[in-house]
Amino acid sequence: MKRFLPLLTLIFALLLAVPALAQGENPGQPSDDQVNAIAKGLYCPVCENIPLDVCGTQACAQWRDLIREKLSQGWSETQIKQYFVDQYGDRVLATPPARGLNWLVYLVPPLAIAAGVFILYRALKAWKQPLPQADVTGETSSPAATDEYILRLEEELRKR
Amino acid sequence: MDAVDSKETDTVQRASVRSRPQWGRMLVWGGLLALLVILALGLQRSQQGPITVGDHVSNFSLTTFDGEQINLNDLKGKVVVLNFWASWCKPCEQEAADLEAAWRFYQPRGDVVFLGVDYVDTEPEARAYLQKFAITYSNGPDLGTRISQKFRIQGVPETYILDQENVLQYVQIGPFASVEQIKANIDPLLKSDQ
Repeated sequence: MKRFLPLLTLIFALLLAVPALAQGENPGQPSDDQVNAIAKGLYCPVCENIPLDVCGTQACAQWRDLIREKLSQGWSETQIKQYFVDQYGDRVLATPPARGLNWLVYLVPPLAIAAGVFILYRALKAWKQPLPQADVTGETSSPAATDEYILRLEEELRKR
Repeated sequence: MDAVDSKETDTVQRASVRSRPQWGRMLVWGGLLALLVILALGLQRSQQGPITVGDHVSNFSLTTFDGEQINLNDLKGKVVVLNFWASWCKPCEQEAADLEAAWRFYQPRGDVVFLGVDYVDTEPEARAYLQKFAITYSNGPDLGTRISQKFRIQGVPETYILDQENVLQYVQIGPFASVEQIKANIDPLLKSDQ
C-alpha cells in the first residue's frame, strides 16, 4: 500500500489542479459560451442573416470582443443588447422589439391562422349540411320559371 | 294558415339576416386594406434607390468621438466630403492617408469640411484606427446606422462629396486611388464658387 501512496497523492493533486488550471487561464474573463449566448441573439448589419456567434468576419469578431469586455465589466445581457441597439439600431436584434409597426410581426401570423381556421370550419360545416329536399327534386320554382315574360317567351318559341 | 305563418317567419328571418350589422366583415376588410397599405409603403421605402448625383441631401447629425455634434445644415456654404469607413475594413486603410492629406491641404481655406462616418464598428478599434493613420478631421460613429441608411451605402469605404448647397456632386465607391483623385473632385466645386 505504501508503494502506491505517492502515486495516489499525485493523482489526487492532479485532480485538484486541473479545474484550478482551467479557471486560471483567464481569471475573471467571461467564457466563449457566455459571449456566444448573447451573440446568437444579435446580427451584424454587414453580414446579414448570419448570427453573430457563428459569423467569421473581423467586424463580428470585434463585436464578440466587445460583448466579452462588457460582460467582464459586469453588464447584463439586457444592457449589452441595449448598447448594441443604441449603437447600430433595432436591426441588430434577432427578434424585433414589440413596439410600433413591429407589432404586426407578432399579430398578423396568429390572426391569419385564426382566420384560416374559421374559414375552413365554415366551409366544412357548409359541405356537411344536407341539400334542401326541394333543390334535389327540382320542384322549387326558380324566379325565372315564374317570370311572366319568360313564360310567354317560351310559349312563343314552342309555337314556332 | 300554418303555411302562411311559416312563410311570414321565413321572411322575417331573411330580413334579419340581411339587416344584421356587417361590422365583422367591414373590420376584416378594413384590416386587410390597412395591412396592404403598410406593405405598400414598406415596399416603396425599400425600393427607393440610393441618393444619386444631383439629389439634395437632407439634414443629419453626426456626434463625433469627441462628443461634438455636427449638423449637415450648419455646413451650408462649404463643400462636404463625407467618408464612410470602418476599422475592420482593409480597403479603407488604402485611402486613409490620402484623405488625411487632402484634408490638411484644404483645411486652411476653411470652405471644405471632411467628415468621417464610422460604420458598424466598435469604438476602441475605431479610435485605434484614427490614431494609427493620424486622422485629424471630425469622425464619429454612425449611431443606429441612420446616416448609412440615408445614403443606402453598399459597403465601406464610400465617399460622398456635397456642394455648398448640400447637393450631392460625386460618389466614390471603394477607396480613392490618390490625393489627386480626391482633389480632382473637390476643386471644380470650389472654382465654381469663386
